[in-house]
Amino acid sequence: MSTLTQTPPDAPTGDRPPRRRRRVRVDWGRYHTWAVLAWLFAPILFMIAFSFNDPAGRHNITWQGFTLKWYQNAFAHSELNEAMFNSVSIALLTMVLAGGLGTLLGLALGRFSFRGKQLTNLVMFAAISAPEVVLGAALLSTFLMMNVTTGYWTTVIAHVMFCVSFVAITVRARVITLDPRLEEAARDLGAGPWDTFRLVTLPMLSPAIMAGGLLAFALSIDDYIITSFVSGDVTTFPLWIWGATRVGIPPQVNVMGTLLFAVGLLMAVINIVTARRRNAA
Amino acid sequence: MNRRSDPALLRGLTRARLTRRHTLQAGGAAAAALALASCGVGGQQRDPAEDGNYWSDKERTGNLRWANWPLYMDSERTQIQQFTEATGIRVDYKEDVHEAPSFFGQIQPKLANGDDIGYDLMVLTNGFELAKLIELGYLVQLDHTRLPAFAEYAGEVYQNSTFDPGNKYTVPYASGITGIAYNPEYVDREITSLKDLWDPEFAGKVGMFADPQEIANFGLLANGVRPGESTPEDWEAAADKLREQRDSGVVRSYYEQDYIQPLTTGDLWMTMAWSGDIYQQNAEEGTNLKFVIPDEGATLWTDNLMIPYTSKAPVDAIELMNFLYEPEIATGLTEYIGYISPVPHAQEVMAEWADAESDGERAEALREMSESSLVFPDEGDYQKLHNYVALPPDQQGEFSSLFQAVTQS
Amino acid sequence: MNRKITPYVLVLPAWAWLALFFVVPIGGMLSLSLTTGNVVTGFQQTFEVGNYATAVGTYWEQILRSLFYGACATLVCIALGYPMAYWIAFRGGAYKSTYLLLVLLPFFVSFVLRTISWRFFLADNGVVLGTLKNIGLLPDGFAVLNSAPAVILGLAYNFLPFMVLPIYAVLERMDPHLVEAAHDLYSNRIQAFARVILPVSLPGVFAGVLMTFIPTSADYVNASVLGGTHNTMIGNVIQTQYLVNNNYPIAASITFVLMGLLLVGIFSYARALGTEKVMEVHA
Repeated sequence: MSTLTQTPPDAPTGDRPPRRRRRVRVDWGRYHTWAVLAWLFAPILFMIAFSFNDPAGRHNITWQGFTLKWYQNAFAHSELNEAMFNSVSIALLTMVLAGGLGTLLGLALGRFSFRGKQLTNLVMFAAISAPEVVLGAALLSTFLMMNVTTGYWTTVIAHVMFCVSFVAITVRARVITLDPRLEEAARDLGAGPWDTFRLVTLPMLSPAIMAGGLLAFALSIDDYIITSFVSGDVTTFPLWIWGATRVGIPPQVNVMGTLLFAVGLLMAVINIVTARRRNAA
Repeated sequence: MNRRSDPALLRGLTRARLTRRHTLQAGGAAAAALALASCGVGGQQRDPAEDGNYWSDKERTGNLRWANWPLYMDSERTQIQQFTEATGIRVDYKEDVHEAPSFFGQIQPKLANGDDIGYDLMVLTNGFELAKLIELGYLVQLDHTRLPAFAEYAGEVYQNSTFDPGNKYTVPYASGITGIAYNPEYVDREITSLKDLWDPEFAGKVGMFADPQEIANFGLLANGVRPGESTPEDWEAAADKLREQRDSGVVRSYYEQDYIQPLTTGDLWMTMAWSGDIYQQNAEEGTNLKFVIPDEGATLWTDNLMIPYTSKAPVDAIELMNFLYEPEIATGLTEYIGYISPVPHAQEVMAEWADAESDGERAEALREMSESSLVFPDEGDYQKLHNYVALPPDQQGEFSSLFQAVTQS
Repeated sequence: MNRKITPYVLVLPAWAWLALFFVVPIGGMLSLSLTTGNVVTGFQQTFEVGNYATAVGTYWEQILRSLFYGACATLVCIALGYPMAYWIAFRGGAYKSTYLLLVLLPFFVSFVLRTISWRFFLADNGVVLGTLKNIGLLPDGFAVLNSAPAVILGLAYNFLPFMVLPIYAVLERMDPHLVEAAHDLYSNRIQAFARVILPVSLPGVFAGVLMTFIPTSADYVNASVLGGTHNTMIGNVIQTQYLVNNNYPIAASITFVLMGLLLVGIFSYARALGTEKVMEVHA
């Protein structure tokens, strides 16, 4: 903290450092950030463009003209619809279950000392670091030995398993930075433990819980490797795409990819609007 | 006390305890798992002999669950609609077979336990997985008295396969040829021989298949060996031949199923390819890809219909098998998928349809298809076609490893 | 609620889940790696340690290559992700979270689909290389697809968000006054960065390394979609041995060798840094 004492006394006290010296500089950081974002979005824009393509045949690989017909017929492949529905519903369930379990775990890890804490850390670490192939293979073996028929629910179980640690870590990171004095103050003011949690802790944690839940949703809907082991006769969106490469991926896949992307984009837009409102307030 | 006042001490304390205790706990968990796993993972071979009068007590249920490869029937499911109209049996059609090995991995454990796999009828290629299913006794022996259309219309080649002699367990759904496809935009000479796949002129532009059985056949044929008569020494030599091709830089990559895009866009100039893919690509997108059966020979593979022994609707399944051999039905199916129909008669029916069709475009497409040697190979073509090397399951591992050492470098 | 019991109540559900569906199955795999047999006769427990010798002896090249590709992809992620995280944290202003969402947005499009899309993009005569060739910037024979750089870039592409997020999380938590003080204390920005900001952000970098290096070195989708000859990674081998060959003992052995190597790496620097500190900055 010794550096702080050297801050000139006229330094602004606002949240942000003053900009006067930087304003004249080229903002390379901005260009870099936008360039990397462009890289991240390049193949996705490609995918979106080809959702408007009008291929004559089964292989949607060369540009042959603009059409909207795939959007009108977005749900022409009933198996693809079913796969998409499975993916989304599994991701939602995973979000809720992993979100709940992970929040409790993250809260405990960030707030309390208890026997087995290090072991919990170890297991979480191992769960994150284990290659997906082995998670899938190991789970499948266990389901078989326990005589469980693989399918929809085993997929949910697997997804919750690999997402819960991510949620817990996200929540814990937030718990650790919470000022415990706020909760102490609440208790001093007469709030019981439950009220303290509900009225003070939970609202402060909610951004982390949301972030963890969204991460779980994204990880779940994206997963191919583990799902391919434990899904039994249930087909998810990534599984269907992988299978369809054999005979050509229909443009409806691009349409669905685009719709998913649009959902994400919508969330980003909502975020921008609320950020602006917060800023204005 | 502020619990964060001395994190270093706290950490030190917890960690000191951790080393001993966590080892014990983790050890305990592992031991429990070990106990769980000590029963092993079963091969659980079934004895199919007990199926002697399997069919005697089976009745039609009216509901059939069918697993097939994606896009192996039009999206209206025309043939299924026709089947339901003709028989009243409803079909729950699922495009769940994406890769033979992973599909086998899904169903094998359930079959070992005698559990329902979720399908009463399925389609698999004549590869290692089919051989394993037969060896393990997981397929129902077909009652050929219930397959009159098969007996009447199935082509001779399809009634005498090496992988399932006498069609005891399977009947073909569709077949295809693995040959050479090339893009004449980039290749300015006629390709006729497997030697062209080894030509350094095409360095970095040649695609090969990753599947051990597929690529083994090409290595064997390139060495002048008939796959059906090959010995382990021949396999070694074929692997060496393929390794030489790889290390000379000719091969761009080993493809699973996805070589059409690179071939069309020019990443690949020449590749191992499946006949129906090339036919469809040319017919639908107006490309001018060439497909040849090389002089040295090529591979004929077959996707087969089969009934798992856990099927809940074997009678409905075998009725559908038979139905698909009705020439009109087989023709409709072929029109969409572009692979070889096991019903040679479909060629005539298709030509008749072309004559009767008023829609010029469709008539043209039907005419072209009915005359294509990729969809309806002639006798001379069949002479040059070989099945995969037929292997019992206990030799498959060795065989696969040999060729995977080439493709998974 | 009793403060002593509370943490156990909180962790119990997640613990049960992880124990039942992670720890026990991993133990089962360990047991499987010591069996012998084949899928027809079944796999019998013979405590065959030789499986590990076979696994390492046959596939050491793919194992080393995977670690190398993973390391390269991780370095690319740091090079691209750090400046990005830095800029968003310090200059993102009111739009910080929007930028973060943009970084996460590609996740909404399936991993498989994104990777396959790269193939369109990097095609020899595609929109990028084709254009550059047409204007004479690249020789006609130039190719990116089916090479080691294509695989590494694909890996970096797919896992970049895992690097950006933890670095951002650390930088964002930094006291702005500290940053300001650093700029006043040191004569140039590079010094200020090297002496103050970089040390504070290092735990974020380490967390990012964990979250990119591990999945990239065990991935198989990128190598099979974007790779060519001599680009096979150990994930491809595991997948093939498990799902294609049904050679479970060898597949399990290779998997444990890979996991062992990764865990040794994690714990050696978790120990150096203190476990809490590494995990604290995740996500």
